[in-house]
Amino acid sequence: MQQEIKDFILMMADNSMILGHRLGEWCGHGPVLEQDIALTNIALDIIGEARNYYAYLAELEGKKEDDYPMLRNERLFKNVLLVEQSNGNWGDTMMRQFMFDCWHYFHLEQMTNSRDERLGAIAKKSIKEANYHLSFSSKWVIRLGDGTEESHQKMQNALDSLLPYFDEFFIPSDFESYCYNEGINPDLNIVKTKAKTKFNEVIDLATLSLPQNIFTKKGGKSGIHSEHLGFILTEMQYLQRAYPGVTW
Amino acid sequence: MSTHSLEDRFQHLIDHEEKIEARDWMPDAYRKTLIRQISQHAHSEVVGMLPESNWITRAPSLKRKLALLAKVQDEGGHGLYLYSATETLGISRDELIEQLLTGKAKYSSIFNYPTLSWADIGAIGWLVDGAAIMNQVALCRTSYGPYARAMVRICKEESFHQRQGYDILLTMSKGSDEQKEMVQDAVNRWWWPSLMMFGPNDEASPNSAQSMKWKIKRLSNDELRQRFVDATVPQAEILGIQLPDPLLQYNEARGHYDFGPIDWEEFFEVVAGNGPCNKERLAARVKAHEIGAWVREAATAYAEKQKNKIISTVSVA
Repeated sequence: MQQEIKDFILMMADNSMILGHRLGEWCGHGPVLEQDIALTNIALDIIGEARNYYAYLAELEGKKEDDYPMLRNERLFKNVLLVEQSNGNWGDTMMRQFMFDCWHYFHLEQMTNSRDERLGAIAKKSIKEANYHLSFSSKWVIRLGDGTEESHQKMQNALDSLLPYFDEFFIPSDFESYCYNEGINPDLNIVKTKAKTKFNEVIDLATLSLPQNIFTKKGGKSGIHSEHLGFILTEMQYLQRAYPGVTW
Repeated sequence: MSTHSLEDRFQHLIDHEEKIEARDWMPDAYRKTLIRQISQHAHSEVVGMLPESNWITRAPSLKRKLALLAKVQDEGGHGLYLYSATETLGISRDELIEQLLTGKAKYSSIFNYPTLSWADIGAIGWLVDGAAIMNQVALCRTSYGPYARAMVRICKEESFHQRQGYDILLTMSKGSDEQKEMVQDAVNRWWWPSLMMFGPNDEASPNSAQSMKWKIKRLSNDELRQRFVDATVPQAEILGIQLPDPLLQYNEARGHYDFGPIDWEEFFEVVAGNGPCNKERLAARVKAHEIGAWVREAATAYAEKQKNKIISTVSVA
């Protein structure tokens, strides 16, 4: 298999894996027990999805699924910068989730038609969950945006600080362009149009205003990350690095 | 009907293994005992999420990470069932949480111990969930219907957790010397606190007799503890570890394992708030509650706005 296709699979996996790791940090600390449980559910879904991609790569390359999340260095991770940003408050987490879900759902929707049957099958399975995630985070963005004055302000701050990270999803890397030409990756323009329509609709219902003159932050797809990723991997890879080659 | 005959009827139902339901008459002391016990159980589930969630970000494989996330999530779910069961007795979840956060209500002391290595996650599943199951299986037949039904559901999930925990230890015990050491060390630290989970010896447990008469409790602390030891020793042998008790040995005459004296001083110190992590555990719950305040207020405000919108739409129509 072409390296570009493997890179694309890694990007899909790493996006879900790193966000799942962040959501796992909330487990046991959520603002309401029901929401703690719901967020853990999302973490379970997306880490499960990441595992499907890693397992696919592992079969192709004769490796183990854990080799990918547990033994690669920062520069080899291909996730977008958004998913590694800190949890912040519950509103920041919901805004980050909502941006991810807008991309994720519509990306998977297009990817169900991938010429790579295995990726198409993963997309078909994961889109049902992604649909629920998008509904969950949309409702929270609206509820908090249109809640109290304090919650409105917090959500506006979350939107202002996270919006620069949103567009990285839709700017194709070289490997995505290759995969698009091969019929493996969807047309990111279509994904972008659909995702932004949903995004704007929810931001409007949440009574929030879109900041102008955004400078897009990117680099994750080519392995240039924010300082957060090193710490995430330090925790995530600790046991595998400290005790190499054993079974857990 | 006089209180006396109401009480007779109540005890008659219990003696004939009928369940007491929320709408039934019950003595105040029965209600209070249940509120205390079920809410303490609910709080234990919620505080119990903390020592294990401590390892979610460091779980060593995708399989283990997913299993641990699902386990901690189940515990949150158990907390919910149990808060609901307590609410049937006429107290609100808000009040119960207030009692936890102000330190008025207790939770199981076992969760005041730290999780120091990945083997602790296995040891909690095997020993702590194992001890909890002994207690909870008996509670499936408790006299209060909503509590008994919650327990049936919880027991199914707990036995799954126990198997997962044991599997973690079994895998590590077949691994490297360092992994074996981690297993032994974790079991050394969790064994005695797990035995303490059943509570004081029967002669030192003042509320037990009444609870047994009301069939809230079905087996005494010491009976449950013995059952746990008997079930666990053979499992320890399969793991190839030593349980940290030189007096532990099978007593042919009794048909049970004898075991050494429990350090009740340590138990009462931890109950009194002087365990290794009491302050951290409570602080984590208080923090979650406080940083969530604006979220809960906003959700309420939004729901109120939506209700008013519907009312105004209806009135226009």
